[in-house]
Amino acid sequence: MRRRMKLLAYPYTFWMAVFVIVPLMLVFLYSITKGDIHNFSSLEFSLDSYKRVAEPLYLKVIGNSFFLALISTVFCFLLGYPVAMIIARTDQKFRNKLLMFIIIPMWMNFLLRTYAWMAILSPNGVLNRFLATIGLTPLEIMPGQIAVLIGMVYNFLPFMILPIYTVLVKIDRSLLEAADDLGANKVKTFFRVIFPLSIPGVVSGITMVFMPAVSTFVISGLLGGGKTPLIGDLIEQQFMSDRNWHFGSSLSIILMVMILISMAVMSRMDRNSDKKGSSA
Amino acid sequence: MKKIIAMFVLCAILFTVMAGMTGCSDKVVLNVYNWGEYIDESLIDKFEDETGLKVNYKTYDTNETLLAKLESGGGSYDVVFPSDYAIAEMIKLDLLQPINFNNVPNFQYIDDRFKNMDYDPDNLYSVPYFWGTIGILYNKDMVSDPVDTWDILWNEDYAGKILMKKDVRDAMGIALKKLGYSMNSTNDDELEEAKQILVEQKSLINGYYGDEIKDMIANGDAAMGVTYSGDFMDLYWDEEADYSYIGYGIPKEGTNLWFDAMVIPKNSEHKTEAEMFINFMLDPDNAFQNSNEVGYTTPNVVALQMIREDSPEVFELPAYWPDEDAVALSEVYIDLGEYKTIYNEIWMEVRIE
Repeated sequence: MRRRMKLLAYPYTFWMAVFVIVPLMLVFLYSITKGDIHNFSSLEFSLDSYKRVAEPLYLKVIGNSFFLALISTVFCFLLGYPVAMIIARTDQKFRNKLLMFIIIPMWMNFLLRTYAWMAILSPNGVLNRFLATIGLTPLEIMPGQIAVLIGMVYNFLPFMILPIYTVLVKIDRSLLEAADDLGANKVKTFFRVIFPLSIPGVVSGITMVFMPAVSTFVISGLLGGGKTPLIGDLIEQQFMSDRNWHFGSSLSIILMVMILISMAVMSRMDRNSDKKGSSA
Repeated sequence: MKKIIAMFVLCAILFTVMAGMTGCSDKVVLNVYNWGEYIDESLIDKFEDETGLKVNYKTYDTNETLLAKLESGGGSYDVVFPSDYAIAEMIKLDLLQPINFNNVPNFQYIDDRFKNMDYDPDNLYSVPYFWGTIGILYNKDMVSDPVDTWDILWNEDYAGKILMKKDVRDAMGIALKKLGYSMNSTNDDELEEAKQILVEQKSLINGYYGDEIKDMIANGDAAMGVTYSGDFMDLYWDEEADYSYIGYGIPKEGTNLWFDAMVIPKNSEHKTEAEMFINFMLDPDNAFQNSNEVGYTTPNVVALQMIREDSPEVFELPAYWPDEDAVALSEVYIDLGEYKTIYNEIWMEVRIE
């Protein structure tokens, strides 16, 4: 039996090796070399592309990407937590229907949804035409950082709501009753019982929003008018138009390292909260 | 040991399945890889009927995508449609094979002006497919000045209503042309000046976009934007909506003339069939039908004459038939070689600045 289970894992192992590990090794190889990318024997060790990443010009782009990703993660959290809580508290009959409202938009292609936001926010778009008909001055949102932020929060919000919801819905009701019995008011119950118990959901929500947000390139290109490129734009341009795979690879490696560091920080927070939970 | 055998068997199965999917028929399958919406697809059926070959038709969106695909050796294509500078680069990278023009007798219909172009000086590798310009697409209701100079893209009256093309060659080329230099300049001082005016322009424009420009101008989101002549033709030919408020101007300083041509990649396994396809597309009747459907200007003299008889009014449009003076001052992009990186860096600095 066990042997058979192992056999089932081969396709996956094969898949991982060919499509994840090998490409990652290639990216790493290109990032630390220079020369003709199609001729391995011509590659020479060089850290030039990393030096280029460290130029103030590109550091600014990286900084900007992290800043935007951070802000949109915060917004997703502030909007997503209450939504997750409302859904978790709803009667079981309606819960799935509410969840559908969150999930259905995700069935549509991400690019399409971003184009839709373009149609809404553009200077002569739906929003501004509506404002004009009711006699208000049109807003200059798109292109701009605010439009990019709206696009990011909209696209990534479900990734915050769903993991938090999953954790909240499993919280044992008797714990809340116990808190109530012991004289804790609602605010105290939330901060001392519900929130600490939901931290694992919050942590995975934050990771799932932050990662795509920091590497996105479509949203900033469309809603930001391409005026403030993010690190994702930079990487796309290296591979698609400049065809400088060495620089593109080192940017990707830097991005991956930064994401790994933020994930490590997050999981440490997660573990700390576990410890606190068990010792309390 | 058993593990290794299992792994081996698995791989073998995978490969046979994959091979079976591609080679299940003995018919020759011609892989044609073209820009999106860039052919009258009924011509593909016609070609299949006439020759008994099967065409596997796929599309891409930028020269860079195509170059990246060919360069990485991914996929085997038999006929592809790159633009001028991309052809030059492909020739340099040895990605193309020479066409045997004995198999392409219809090449005689191509306008002599468009043979032996700089991107393929001895005309060994390419057959022109369509040509056009880049210019300024504008909304007649929002622009009062004549759109006949690149300076209008720096005009403060239109601040926030100008769309610039998110393309290194077009952006740099326009800035250089505005300054009176060549669009292919490799003079550091000229490039620095071009960078300066692009940075100045940044606060005046709404943003840098690609294919979205056409829709944004048509929607009234902006007053003017840099596009290909074909974008105007698309709106002009649109049967569902009236776009008579849209105009297209070619600056008197001259612009970029672009050519898309049919070429055969080096790793094509059906060269003769690919030449049959190219010859088929050059047949005047087919070229006429194709140009009518796609809306771009054909380099085929006989087909062009048919269009002149069929719809003479398009020859009044600068997007279809730019006037001689503008053409005389215009340039085809050439492969910049070493300077490509410098252009890319300047463009990156402009955008991040």
